[in-house]
Formats: sequence, C-alpha cells, structure tokens
Amino acid sequence: MDSTSQKLVHSFGALADLGQEIANPNEFNEMVRTSLHLLLGTLAIRRGAVAQCLSGKDETECLAVWGLGDAFQSKLIVSETERNAFLTSGLSKLSIEERNPHFAAFLDRHHDELQSQGIELVIPMVVRGELTGLVLLGGKASGDAFTDDDLDVIRAMVRHVGVGIHTHQLFDQVEQRAEENRRLYEELRAIYRDTVRAFAAAIDIKDKYTQGHSERVGKYSEIIARELGWNNEEVEGIAIAGYLHDIGKLVVERDIINAPYKIDAKQSSELNRHPVAGFEILAPIQHPYADIPLTAKYHHERMDGRGYPYGLSGEQIPLGARIVTLADSFDAMTTDRPYKTRKIFSEVVEDFRRNTGKQFDCQVVLALCRALLKEMDGSGTDRRMTKMLGKNYLVSERDTPLLTQFMSELDPNKHIAVASSV
Amino acid sequence: MGESIALSIRSHCVGTTAVIYASDYLNKLTGERIERECKDRLNSGCRALVIDFSDTQLVNSIGISILMGIIDIAEKSDARVVFADVNNQTMQLFEMLGLTRHVVLAKNEQEALTTLTGFSVQTKAVSH
Repeated sequence: MDSTSQKLVHSFGALADLGQEIANPNEFNEMVRTSLHLLLGTLAIRRGAVAQCLSGKDETECLAVWGLGDAFQSKLIVSETERNAFLTSGLSKLSIEERNPHFAAFLDRHHDELQSQGIELVIPMVVRGELTGLVLLGGKASGDAFTDDDLDVIRAMVRHVGVGIHTHQLFDQVEQRAEENRRLYEELRAIYRDTVRAFAAAIDIKDKYTQGHSERVGKYSEIIARELGWNNEEVEGIAIAGYLHDIGKLVVERDIINAPYKIDAKQSSELNRHPVAGFEILAPIQHPYADIPLTAKYHHERMDGRGYPYGLSGEQIPLGARIVTLADSFDAMTTDRPYKTRKIFSEVVEDFRRNTGKQFDCQVVLALCRALLKEMDGSGTDRRMTKMLGKNYLVSERDTPLLTQFMSELDPNKHIAVASSV
Repeated sequence: MGESIALSIRSHCVGTTAVIYASDYLNKLTGERIERECKDRLNSGCRALVIDFSDTQLVNSIGISILMGIIDIAEKSDARVVFADVNNQTMQLFEMLGLTRHVVLAKNEQEALTTLTGFSVQTKAVSH
C-alpha cells in the first residue's frame, strides 16, 4: 500500500471511530477528550484543545486539552464581530501566523499565548450557522507544516466534533427545560393542594361544630392508605379526596348542617344530598388524581349495602371511598360535638367491633389499627394521629392490649363483603 | 528483574529500563493502560522505555495520539523511548506520521536493550 492510500485508510478509520464516539451519549467530557485524541492521532499532531463557546458570553471554555502546558489559559475571548467572521469564513483555518484582518483583534489578544504553547491553527466549529466552539492544533510529529490535505481531514473531523458538542448542548437545553417544567408542575401541585385546603376550610367553616374535620379526614385517609401500601401519588390523592369529601355540604342549608337537635326526615333527605352534590361539584374539575369525585359520592355507602345514596355494597364501593368512610367516622367518634362528647378509645374499638364488615371494610379497619399501634408502641415515626387525638387520648398500656385483641378477632376475608349475609 | 501485569499489560524492568508489551490492537483502552504503565515506571525511576510491539497487529488514531503522549512524557523525564519489533504495516504508519523521528527503533527487545546499554555507556563516556 502506498503512503497516500495508507494515510486515507488511517483517516477513514479515525473518522469511523469518531462517528461512533460522537454517537455515544454517555459521558460528554470523555467523548470530547476521545474525539481530540482521534483528531490528533489521525495526523500525529502533538498538541491540541477543544473549546466550546459559552451561551450568551463572549468567551470559550476548554473541554479537552492535550500536550499543552498546565498554564494554558482555558478561556479565549471571541467577540461578536469575531464570531461572525468565524461563521462567514466557514471551516477555514486561522493560522496564527497569518494576519487575517477579520481576526486581528482575536490574534492580538491571544497570539502570544497560543504561539508560546505551539498552537498553529485555530479551526472554528460551525454547526447550523452557529459557532459552537474552536479547535486549536499545533505541532505535527513529522515537523512538517500542515498541508491542504491535512486541512481537509481536520475540517471533516472538526465538523463531526462540532456536531457532537452541539447535540450535547441541545440535550442540555432540553434537560433544563424539562427541569423547569418539573418545577412548574410541582408549583402547580402545591397551588392545587393549597386550594384544596382552602376549600376544606370553607366546608368546615359552614359547619361550626366540625371545625378542622375535613383536614383531619384527609390526614387519617392518608395514614390508612400509606398503611395499605399505596404509593406516594395515590396517598396524596386520597388525602385530597379526604379534604374534599364533604364539599357537597356547601349546597346544603347552614341551618340543617348546624341544627342542634335531631333533624326531621325532610331535613335529613336534604343533608343526604351532599355526597351527590359533592360529586357534581368535583366531577367537572380535572384533578391530578383519580377517583376524587367518586370518593365524595360514595363516602356514606356501607359494606352491607345499607348506606346512601345508592346502597352499594362491598367491593362495589371504591377502596378510596371505603378509606374515607372510616376516616370520617373515626373523626366523628373522636371529636366532641355540641350534642355529644367524643367516645373514649375503648368505645371506638367497640364500635369498630360492631361495624367492621357492616359499615367498614375490614382491611381498612386493620390498616387504621396497625397505624394506631405503631404510634402507641413508638415503632413508627408518624405521630400525627396522637397529635390530632390529643396527647392524653391514647394510653399505650391500656389501649394496646385492647387494640391487639380486637385485631386478632378480625378476619379480613370474612369481612370484605357481607351484604349477602345481612 | 521484576515482572508485573497491570490490567493485562505485561511489563518488566531491566535495570532502569522498563519493557512494556503492547497488545494486539493498540486503541483507546489498551493505549491508556500502556500510558499508565509507562508513567508508573518513569515515576518509579526508570530512565528508558522499550515498547515491544511484537504482538501488535493494528494501531488506530487514538493509539497514535497516546504513543505521542508517552513520547512527550518521556522527553520531559529525560528518558529515551525505543519501539521494538514493529510490524511492517505499523512501521509504515509510524514513518508516514513522523513518530519515528522521536524514538529509536529496534528489531526486537534484545536489540532495544543493547541499544540502550550502548547509549548509556556512550553517555557515561561523554560525561566523563
């Protein structure tokens, strides 16, 4: 093989390797370093650097350096005028020994430093009409000057390197935008949560006897769902459903909600409209979580089919609604109302014993009991229920055996859907 | 004579000369291992490097660049570099690219060591 053919084969091999390297998206700095190696090795050039133009700035930063001293200044200043000159000159070389008038200022600024480092050529990387960066080269191992053939090879390889860097910059921009979108999405979720809280507060203000009820139901629902192994997204959704479960009360007359006496059948019928009214309010809204309107609609259904408004039973009732049902009742039992004081814990357990499988889903009751046990024996980190119930409400020595005994009596399979046995 | 295999690169020392065996394909991976081995040998006091190409079938562009780097490092350490047992094709490549201007060439490892011994004796004679 004659030397020209061998040179061509060697250059083609390098170009193929360079193509592979640039297509590898893994490690950007390593890609640039290897690309520089390939460029230098193709013509046995002893020194070189690849610098990228910094977005919105007049300077470059070095991405890879080979064979240059430690003192090599990594920043080159490229003014707007020089940038345009590089663009219009295409991929032509800028020999630092040539006094090209378009680059006079650039050369005045950097000539001495580049010459002292043995740099002979400055080659612009131009991709899609933008100056992506500069490649600096100098010192062929043969000691010969760069020939026109050498420059053709260099131009072809520099174009490849430029495309690699440009592609990486595009990926960076996409990632930045994706990050920005993630942040905006988080902000929107936070606004959504705050809005829901505000709604919950509005619902509870209407019912002067149950201040904070919706928020507590949201929290109990969240704790139960977490205990059932739901993921973060689902847990957040059920908390929102808890906050909003009584939103339908906004359309019920305040006098009925706040009646300090037993309401009559007509008033009761009016009050019982609130689950469907809640569904109608929530259904048109695009919630980031599933089933929130349905949870409001079904939170007064019972496992035995004796609830309202539809008399659904067992697994006809979505699990979310079964969770909110228990959370709602648990809060009702454990908070004082003007017409009755709250139940002591043993009475709550007794209520659970009577109603599990009838009003409440057994799995859900067990989950709440497990969460309560964890707070009492200190095996969990969550103390929210203790805080909501008041610090003297649960007494571990007294209530743990009570709860453990009750849990041992429950058979989840037996209590899931008992409507047919009622 | 201490022989070592660092990340599959064979090498050993003869006095203050390190003999490093290049692999069958000198590319980025094997080149960087050879480069590291050469640096380690120079740092531990070797004053000459013999790179034995007897197993080497092919050297790609990165291999060339790394070899130039090794030559640079050796020059800075005042150490000599000998390429031994280079096949014809690789020799043509080295000559075409001008690498042969910066290294001594030897038919094989033995000749490389002899050349370096002669050089060492000559240097001593001159310095005396």
